[in-house]
Amino acid sequence: MDNNSKSPDDYTPAPSEGIPAPEGAANLIDTDYVIGQDNITASPMGFNIDLHGKVFTISSLLIVLFVVLTLALQDQIAPIYDAVFNFLTGNLAWFFILAANIFVVLCLFLIVSPLGKIRIGGAAAKPDFTYMGWFSMLFAAGMGIGLMFYGVSEPLTHFGTAFDGSDWAPLGGAVGDFEGNEAGSVAVGMAATIFHWGLHPWAIYSVVALSLALFAFNKGLPLSMRSVFYPILGERVWGWPGHIIDILAVFATLFGLATSLGIGASQAAAGLTYLFGAPESDITMILLIIGITIIAIASILAGVDKGVQLLSKINIGLAAALLFFVIGVGPTLIIATGFFENLMSYVVNLPALSNPFGREDANFSQGWTAFYWAWWISWSPYVGMFIARVSRGRTVREFIISVLLVPSTVSILWMTAFGGTAIDQYLSQGIEAVRDAGLELQLFVMLEQLPLSNITSFIAIVLVIVFFVTSSDSGSLVIDSITAGGKVDAPKPQRVFWAIIEGTIAIALLLGGGLTALQTMAVSTGFPFTIILLVACYAIIKGLMSEPKAV
Amino acid sequence: MFKHIMVPVDLAHIEVLEPSLEVVADTAKHYDASITYVGVTSTAPNSVARTPDEYQQKLEAFAQKRHSVHGQPVTAKVYSSTDPIANVDDILVKSIDELGIDLVIMATHLPRHLDAVMPSHGGKVATHTDASVFLVRPTES
Repeated sequence: MDNNSKSPDDYTPAPSEGIPAPEGAANLIDTDYVIGQDNITASPMGFNIDLHGKVFTISSLLIVLFVVLTLALQDQIAPIYDAVFNFLTGNLAWFFILAANIFVVLCLFLIVSPLGKIRIGGAAAKPDFTYMGWFSMLFAAGMGIGLMFYGVSEPLTHFGTAFDGSDWAPLGGAVGDFEGNEAGSVAVGMAATIFHWGLHPWAIYSVVALSLALFAFNKGLPLSMRSVFYPILGERVWGWPGHIIDILAVFATLFGLATSLGIGASQAAAGLTYLFGAPESDITMILLIIGITIIAIASILAGVDKGVQLLSKINIGLAAALLFFVIGVGPTLIIATGFFENLMSYVVNLPALSNPFGREDANFSQGWTAFYWAWWISWSPYVGMFIARVSRGRTVREFIISVLLVPSTVSILWMTAFGGTAIDQYLSQGIEAVRDAGLELQLFVMLEQLPLSNITSFIAIVLVIVFFVTSSDSGSLVIDSITAGGKVDAPKPQRVFWAIIEGTIAIALLLGGGLTALQTMAVSTGFPFTIILLVACYAIIKGLMSEPKAV
Repeated sequence: MFKHIMVPVDLAHIEVLEPSLEVVADTAKHYDASITYVGVTSTAPNSVARTPDEYQQKLEAFAQKRHSVHGQPVTAKVYSSTDPIANVDDILVKSIDELGIDLVIMATHLPRHLDAVMPSHGGKVATHTDASVFLVRPTES
């Protein structure tokens, strides 16, 4: 049955009356584009589908092509991916670092500017979620999983390189040699870690999320990356320039999620092996991926409110319990004072760390910072779009404080507690096990030195798995709505389809090899997206300026 | 016997509703009942409306058009949701109580295997409410 024959306009009053504003004052963009007008609808085998013909077809073909190429020509293609990526981080590190600074400055400006009073969804819009539900979702989607893996290992690594005087030390040449200087090495190591997990990544997410939310809820355009380009491209966003932007977003999101899922499964399997002696085999990892995918499917069928939100809350509750446990039984006083010391150290070192030009710590600024920025930016279409969807009804100021300042503060606390405890174990207790452990095991080895490690390690494994579920489900929702031309009400089987594709690609690459290679490729999409984000900054200002004065 | 009939309406798939709309008109006239047409839309822009208020406007126009067919009193009520596809059943069940509905008339599809995993909206609403529910299936054609 062809649903395109519908004609809801038959029931509308004369178009001259115009489209009513969203709740309260807002300024809709006047366009003749009807959401879903380029969509294909059909019902094969009782499954209803409703997809954007070009975006869905081309992105699916590209995804299959890249997976097949990577599997078939691993040895030939991996070096090409690496070369592309090394070129980007090596030669364009300044571009990533400069762009990220612009995002932070824009966000901080919006908090204090009168534009911050504008409400997403119109002046009278009411938030769809409570603060707790909203914050849980954006945090779980944004970086939950990363904090699990890097919370211990990154502070320890930066501390180590600074302490050993390695040429990978952050700011190695700029601030002086920290070799053998304990306090100095801790300070610079924590500052560098917080730099990578603080304001900058959240500013990247904020820019994408705010621009999408603004153009969907206040301007009435489809919830899709292309809408952000409307101020520049005008009606052309509904044509090929828009298709390309959306295809790129699907590509980055799907490969970002699938490769992380694959790599994450191998890390979770390593944890299971270490803790319970589970066989570290392909079977364990495949079972993990299948399990994560099944829970993710259940979650997307239940929907954003009852599925994603519920899991995110469970997740944040568990993470908070683990965090307070570490603070309580770990070196409490060191963590408490460390929080403020690290915050100070971050502020003091921020100008040097975020300086895009004339860096003398190339290993760090290119290998770590530029890599991270490309990574966050390649994730930003997915995280940003999900945050946008759940942020209606918040003012711009409230939005930026909650998406930028609150998560950054949580990151600082998390890094201080987990990294600080591990460094303390090494420095004052002389325990070398944590530093010597593999990156994916450092969290568990650190927990092992604390009481009740059986329970806490188990919670940590559960957290890793649930964080993957919350990434997988919100990611599938995002890909589904991009490939449905910005529709958030496309039929349910499509969501399930994308969740299954993610899991399948993860398993294929896990067995066939090429996970890291394809992840490199996914992170490389950070470069075109940096340009898209710079456009988004312009679009945010332009869009907010055209909103009616907030009351 | 019935005073207030609820008719869930999806303006994006209006052609599916046609058979049920006739049933609604006949039943309402027979019992002299008022009708509330209920819509559930996404807070994000969709194919029917770019804002929830626009959806409300279109649903009211639809209700008035139906009123001119059957002459019974009509109202239109729109609920907006972040994820309407997942929440529609809960929203309908809640609004049955909220609006004091005693009969729901809604269109549904023929039974199929997929229903075991993803039950029809009509089926789910009927399971969760005290009001009478009349599911109108498409006629064989």
